Amino acid sequence: MRLQILDSGHGFGTKALFALIRTVSRQPVLDVVKVVKYRADFYGKPMSAVTQEAMRGPSTWSIADRELMAALIAKTNQCEFCIKAHSAVAQRAYGHEQRVSELLSDPKNAQVAEPLRATLLMLGKLTREHTVNAEDIRAVLAAGASPQQIADALAVCFSFNVIGRLADAFGFSIPSQEAFDAGAKYLLARGYR
Amino acid sequence: MSDIGEARKTLVKRILEGAGIASSSDRRAAFNNSASTGPLAALVDKVARHANRITDQDISAARESGISEDQIFEIVVCAAVGQANRQFNAALAALDGAAGKE
Repeated sequence: MRLQILDSGHGFGTKALFALIRTVSRQPVLDVVKVVKYRADFYGKPMSAVTQEAMRGPSTWSIADRELMAALIAKTNQCEFCIKAHSAVAQRAYGHEQRVSELLSDPKNAQVAEPLRATLLMLGKLTREHTVNAEDIRAVLAAGASPQQIADALAVCFSFNVIGRLADAFGFSIPSQEAFDAGAKYLLARGYR
Repeated sequence: MSDIGEARKTLVKRILEGAGIASSSDRRAAFNNSASTGPLAALVDKVARHANRITDQDISAARESGISEDQIFEIVVCAAVGQANRQFNAALAALDGAAGKE
């Protein structure tokens, strides 16, 4: 990472936790975890509360759908770390690898329910152009998504437009697929707390 | 239904008004992407608008201008949260408009 403090500036307890994670998972500690644990009172704790609610709070979107949204937002931001991390979670949650890669590469034409397709396209536009208008939202409503589902998707969009920017700014290293798979397993079992 | 309203407010209040190593005004300027000059303005704008183009040089330039790593950490967080927050608010306003609440 580009800031040394984020790699090695953690307190003794956190360093011990990282050692435990490395031992148990037999994988390196992901940079996203190092950032969340660095001066957690400033960013990690309050941000994790937002992300936990967006990704695991009550919603008619499944956890898999929300992880797919996260991956799509990452793809739009061209954030390699987040694409790999959240594709791995979505794949594991759907139990279907092809579906995720198809949806990410061509959401317009992939086989998917219309409310989710329209929502993904709107999130892509919001992330790419930094705004959407009422007409964009009407298209999602017309496709069958409810206003609450749109609000829930916007919450996912908020979280991953923050995290992706940090990944790119701080220069998260890209670990092996095995490390992302271990992270995906953890996120599905324990969430973002 | 999921509701990030309160948690998002708490996050924004913490990073802008809580204790920090960067000054409150620098954190707020980063959040709003409103500084036009100074060593951090270019970095903040890149975080907000083209984060995937940030290079090692962008971070070293900020460090070489005398800003500590902790200050850079805080400023980058504020810039990222600020941009995501603007996008979120714009989309919520569009949702209200589309749902006829305007």
